[in-house]
Amino acid sequence: MEALKEKLANPVELLSSALLSGGVEVVDLTHTLDPDFPVIVLPPEFGQCARFRMEEISSYDHRGPAWKWNTFTCSEHTGTHFDAPIHWISGKDLPNNTVDSIPPEHFVGSVVVIDCSEGSAQDDDFELTPEIIAAWEAEHGRIPPASWVFMRTDWSKRSGAAYLNMRDDGPHSPGPTPEAIKFLIDERGIRGFGTETVGTDAGQGAHYTPPYPAHFYLHGAGKYGLQCMCNLDQLPATGAMIFCAPLKIKGGTGSPLRVLALVPKGGR
Amino acid sequence: MIKPRKRMGYDGVVVAAPASTPYERYSTETAHWWIAKALRQSIKAAGLTPRDIDGFSVASFSLFPDTAVGLTQHLGLVPRWLDHIPQGGASGPSALRRAARAVQCGDASVVACVAGDTNHVDSFRRMLSSFSRFAQDASYPYGSGGPNACFALLTDYYMREFGVSREDFGRICVTQRDNALRNENAVMKKPLTMDAYLAGREISDPITLFDCVMPVAGAEAFLVMREEDAVAAGIPYAHISATIERHNAFPEDPIQMRGGWAMDIEEFYGMAGHGPESVDLLQTYDDYPVIVMMQMEDLGFCAKGEAARFIADKDLTVSGDFPHNTSGGQLSAGQAGAAGGFIGLVEAIRQVTGTAGATQVANAKRALVSGFGVINYDRGVCTSAALLEGAS
Amino acid sequence: MVTPLQKPPKKNPQLRTRVPTLPSHYRSRSALFMAAAAAEGRFMLQVCAEPDCESVQYPARDACACCLSDRLVWQDVSPRGNLIATSTVRTSTNTYFRERTPWRLGTVHLDIGPSVMCHLHSELVVGDEVQLINRLDKSGQSVLLALPLERAQLQEDDMQLRELTCDPKFRRILITDARNPNAYALAKSLLEAGATTVFVGEAESWRPYPDRAKLESLQGVELVSLDVTDTSSVQELAGEFGGKVDILINNARFVRPGGIQGRGDVGFAMDEMQVNYFGMMRLAQAFAPAMTGRSADGVNSAVAWVNVLSVYSLVNNPGFGSFSASNAAAHSLSQCLRAEMAASGVRVVNVYCGPTEDEWHQPLPPPKVPAGTLARELVKALQAGLEDVYVGDIAKDIRRKFMESPKVLEKEMTSLETL
Repeated sequence: MEALKEKLANPVELLSSALLSGGVEVVDLTHTLDPDFPVIVLPPEFGQCARFRMEEISSYDHRGPAWKWNTFTCSEHTGTHFDAPIHWISGKDLPNNTVDSIPPEHFVGSVVVIDCSEGSAQDDDFELTPEIIAAWEAEHGRIPPASWVFMRTDWSKRSGAAYLNMRDDGPHSPGPTPEAIKFLIDERGIRGFGTETVGTDAGQGAHYTPPYPAHFYLHGAGKYGLQCMCNLDQLPATGAMIFCAPLKIKGGTGSPLRVLALVPKGGR
Repeated sequence: MIKPRKRMGYDGVVVAAPASTPYERYSTETAHWWIAKALRQSIKAAGLTPRDIDGFSVASFSLFPDTAVGLTQHLGLVPRWLDHIPQGGASGPSALRRAARAVQCGDASVVACVAGDTNHVDSFRRMLSSFSRFAQDASYPYGSGGPNACFALLTDYYMREFGVSREDFGRICVTQRDNALRNENAVMKKPLTMDAYLAGREISDPITLFDCVMPVAGAEAFLVMREEDAVAAGIPYAHISATIERHNAFPEDPIQMRGGWAMDIEEFYGMAGHGPESVDLLQTYDDYPVIVMMQMEDLGFCAKGEAARFIADKDLTVSGDFPHNTSGGQLSAGQAGAAGGFIGLVEAIRQVTGTAGATQVANAKRALVSGFGVINYDRGVCTSAALLEGAS
Repeated sequence: MVTPLQKPPKKNPQLRTRVPTLPSHYRSRSALFMAAAAAEGRFMLQVCAEPDCESVQYPARDACACCLSDRLVWQDVSPRGNLIATSTVRTSTNTYFRERTPWRLGTVHLDIGPSVMCHLHSELVVGDEVQLINRLDKSGQSVLLALPLERAQLQEDDMQLRELTCDPKFRRILITDARNPNAYALAKSLLEAGATTVFVGEAESWRPYPDRAKLESLQGVELVSLDVTDTSSVQELAGEFGGKVDILINNARFVRPGGIQGRGDVGFAMDEMQVNYFGMMRLAQAFAPAMTGRSADGVNSAVAWVNVLSVYSLVNNPGFGSFSASNAAAHSLSQCLRAEMAASGVRVVNVYCGPTEDEWHQPLPPPKVPAGTLARELVKALQAGLEDVYVGDIAKDIRRKFMESPKVLEKEMTSLETL
């Protein structure tokens, strides 16, 4: 009886039990690192995001008879990935702005999901605005401080050319307005912002003032970004938490990572 | 321009002890083995021992990596005069004339001249692909027909130029087969009819099967020595009336229709003191019948382009009025590599010494032997000839 | 008469694919100068440089057969002559010819003197005035073939000529990069030359590019997924289509201006190496085995591997210094590929191209090579059976200077005024 009491008093033990019993489920928000997965495309005279590539070192053969392993290469910003403040010019001088210096507790936390999937289905350039946030809060309550905010668009269900949705005037995909992202930072003190699209900004984000407002404001405020996620439709609007630890790269500006969400059963 | 001097005769020098091995289509033996076999036979015929041989002349394609030098140690010879004749089909008369001068001048007393090659299953192909630099660069890559293809082109040209037919060539091949049937060493044992000749399998147009020699293994040898020594040994011998040799004659001819003999024929008969009409039998180099015709023309038996008509009126068999290649020649006896350059000469020695046995031409006194060798590129480069006269 | 080439039937899966054999490749070193001339389709012979001699030599010599001078100079000479004798080889000691008999050859008396043995076009008979061409055979060495003075009907269909060329007719071709602005022109020219199918490799289908619709509209073009920087993509395509690629045209190219200092990093340099150098290596590792195994596979045998290189693979152009270096690496690798493919007879064709008419050379002054010109020259080279092709005035200029003196060319390219 004492032992049980002790166990109930330990929240981690409680979580472990819930995971074991199925009371808490784990949802993988990560795309597979695949050589053909789209990456951000910049004007060609700029440096480009390295694609994920893999070369075999050996495969139980003359190069290594009993083992198989590969060398992979990619950018810090390839696939489902984490953006650290140092990624943007606005965050370049902040303390603890690199993936290796960010306090580890920042990689675990609660998440709220703002469902913009309907609007994004109608409009490739759908914008997350303060009004939408207000409406969401009216329904789900105020966004708690230090939360991750994910913008669900179901964009991850797109594939091929439809994902970047590149036209002659650039890519077209949903994202937050400067006002929306500023509100989340200044008024709600969020920890980070996550999307299903190739970046935290809208495809046409270059044409806002400032350009790429999500990057500019988030990182300028020491906040983080997560992008190229999937399965956001399996998360509840509130009540889930995520694990999103990037690789500990010295001075790293970001990193591909595995984003896992803990969701109470039936909470999806 | 330096004028040639009148040449000395070969007084006091004779050729003797002709030796031939039986020919074999394919052999697992080496050229060394075949050469030893013919050499032993020749030395024995003269009643000598290997230590009596103080001059040694070798012609062979398949000795590699050895040369005549390696053969001396291999065969235990201790010569004070050594020669290696890379002239293929011209090597017989060329070996003879070199040896004769050595003996005449006292550089050697007895020169054994020997030619022989083996024939492994793959050696003909191997030899062709690396025969000469020019062949490798400029003829073998064109169909790799080997000498068949090169001579096919000459034959094609000759036939058009002089209106010669395949039957004309057939006469040479058919009569030589008759002669070969008398030669127990010959590889061809069956008679050849004109119909069979004309029906021969196509090889390289216009050349067909019976225009081509059969590569075989074998060896031929003879001795060159002082007449007094031959007399003392009590062996038959022949005198050398004249010899010639020429290489790369008429390089400006766009295609070969004459050989080096044509350059030297006057001197040749001048040295002998008689003309072609006094010759009792002719041994030509017969790798292809067109070359036989060229030799008859260039050696003065008939005018250029007339050989086909010349032989049409002649009987070329051993018993005929113009005995030619009496042992069957290479066309019917087989071509034992460089020994092909000796076969006519060795047979001629037998003929003029009355020792030819079944192929003996009645009353043969004078024989003309002609050699032709080395298709370095598009034509035979080496030509040679010798006139032999039996000692009376 | 030329026997018209028949479109090959579908492959009988029960028959063993014929194993490649070769004509004799042994040549003297002097004769290799003829191979060098053949690589560019030139008819060159040695001419004695002594003013009182000037005699033309054949076969290749080390001294003049007229005056013994060693001053023999390889020169373009008249290829015309008279066919004075012919033969048809019915039996050969060489397996390659044995499998292809009857094989015709002839003796041509050249107007300039020498007589040569040569292969014959089927149209020719004895007595014809002919012109010789100097080409590489399947062994990669020089051979001469006599052609009629007037183009014959279906001249390229001649079997003996086709053995020396890489004619696209009835062949299936893979162009590796659909995004290259030259892809459409290449595909079009190859189809017009009678190619059966042109597969065009497309990387990153999630990223649009201008010519896609045009390419797709071409009858005979099939877009296939291929990214030469992605080993698995290359291996997958080779697994599926390797046995159907008779000619591979490696036109994938990554180009950015700049050299060493201006760039300040190795980012683009790595991209250049990934595409231009490693791309070729990946393609070769994946496709060469199937191609070399099919190089004697009848009318649509695998026949050529074409690398579209920059002429600055021969000498660095500092304005595109890093790109030049990646092409030098690719050029060197192509030589290794030549050696490795030699035993199969698949020809590695290098197309050395001058600055191209595209976005990366936009600020450069003319002359520049339009895609159509490159395509036309490349197809012509395949039809003619060339190994080295220089496209554009600048490429031809660089070639001439390179042949004359690589060092002087380097001095010219790297002088203070160049950048």
